[in-house]
Amino acid sequence: MAGAGVADTAHRNGHVGSDEAHADSGGADRGPSLLGRAARGVARQVTSRIPRADLDERDPDFIRERLPLMWLASSLWYRAEVRGLGNIPDDGPVLMVGNHSGGNMTPDTVVFTLAFNTYFGVERPFYQLAHNLVLSMPGLGSLRRFGTVAASPANARKALQAGAALLVYPGGDYEVHRPFWQRNRVDFDGRKGFIRLALQENVPIVPVVSIGGHETALFLTRGEGLARLLMLDRLFRLKVLPISLSLPWGLNVGDMLGHLPLPAKITVETLPPIDLKAEFGPDPDVEEIYDHLIRLMQDTLDALAEERRLPVIG
Amino acid sequence: MRATAATTVSAPIETVWAVVADPERALSFMSGVTRWEIEGEERVGLGARYRMLLRVGSAEIGGLIEIVEWDPPKELAWTSITGVDQRGRWRLRSVAPGRTTAEIRLAASVPGSGIAGWVAERIAQPIVGSHLRHTVQQLTRLVEHERMREQAAARRSARGAAAGTELAG
Repeated sequence: MAGAGVADTAHRNGHVGSDEAHADSGGADRGPSLLGRAARGVARQVTSRIPRADLDERDPDFIRERLPLMWLASSLWYRAEVRGLGNIPDDGPVLMVGNHSGGNMTPDTVVFTLAFNTYFGVERPFYQLAHNLVLSMPGLGSLRRFGTVAASPANARKALQAGAALLVYPGGDYEVHRPFWQRNRVDFDGRKGFIRLALQENVPIVPVVSIGGHETALFLTRGEGLARLLMLDRLFRLKVLPISLSLPWGLNVGDMLGHLPLPAKITVETLPPIDLKAEFGPDPDVEEIYDHLIRLMQDTLDALAEERRLPVIG
Repeated sequence: MRATAATTVSAPIETVWAVVADPERALSFMSGVTRWEIEGEERVGLGARYRMLLRVGSAEIGGLIEIVEWDPPKELAWTSITGVDQRGRWRLRSVAPGRTTAEIRLAASVPGSGIAGWVAERIAQPIVGSHLRHTVQQLTRLVEHERMREQAAARRSARGAAAGTELAG
């Protein structure tokens, strides 16, 4: 569940036009090659499959019925530990900001979604922003019933204005596919849209820091060059084509079919809410908040890394 | 999933009841409970509501509960309003003067969760069972310790009073 570069690249959900225009200009020198046409066809397919954000698609009964399965995965497979959920305000809109790990299987999302839903009850509206590709993937349609909506500033604003709790991973696909040796690094790639969103909507930010998710496979490289070469950035808003060693594939390029995550121990720590206007003044500086947040989350991640003795085992 | 645990406490039934029925003391002796807050106007009694959570495996499970049976000092039962389906009960009985049996029962399930729900309940059962066992152990310790202190305080004041009368005499 990647992706939440909330503000800057504003076009998505149904905004087919601009994406296609880019693709056309990029492929112009190559002429209407068969490959180019096929790629554009796939891109159109994907874009048409991206669901329009409809907050009503979230289904509390559906979520409740899936809690036991998630509990089994979280408790037995990942031996998860979630701390400090009491830091999240009991009601009202809140923007939860997490670091993102584990490739396309994103185990920390499973762990946190379960923990949030049992702690506050499925009755509390809770949405997660995800990359377009995640939501248009065949077979992942049920994610929308969990409250997953396509990452866009408009969708995020809609959820917060409805008074919901919203989980974003600003690092998105960039962070989730970072190499293994950067596993204990918070890397949002400078994306700050979520801060502007929190300021505009006047909601507190709750940092959610997790460790262990990036030990579920051996992530080698993001493959940014490869993604550019194949024009994936223009066609699918995908800046990476990650390469990893993972089960059951061995060498795994793209991670499009997912993989079997190793049973790494996952620890999630929820930090106290940050009231941006109270802490950074009436006219806060976005850069300053960003730096503060990254430092805070990195310090927490370092502390969690200190607790760990061995990768995977925990 | 259904779990239960029982114990015998060396204290009168009213003393045990005063502890199990008091929402503010739940956190101090109920094992695995991470939250037990009064919700609404009523503090105790029929219709009182609490927001509670119990740590089971990787999650804190619970929600809003309401007292649906209130028969002091013997019977106290609740059901869930939100969260997973839940029923709980404290059952106290006086077996001899100054001896009380206390039993706690907890049943929880997620209807419609299929095979995963069945498996999860089997795995959660011993975890909840051990929480309940620890709960009754801690209840015994708490009540008996408090009773000992009370009796000691009573003896002290009796001695003080006796000394006082001697001096006066």
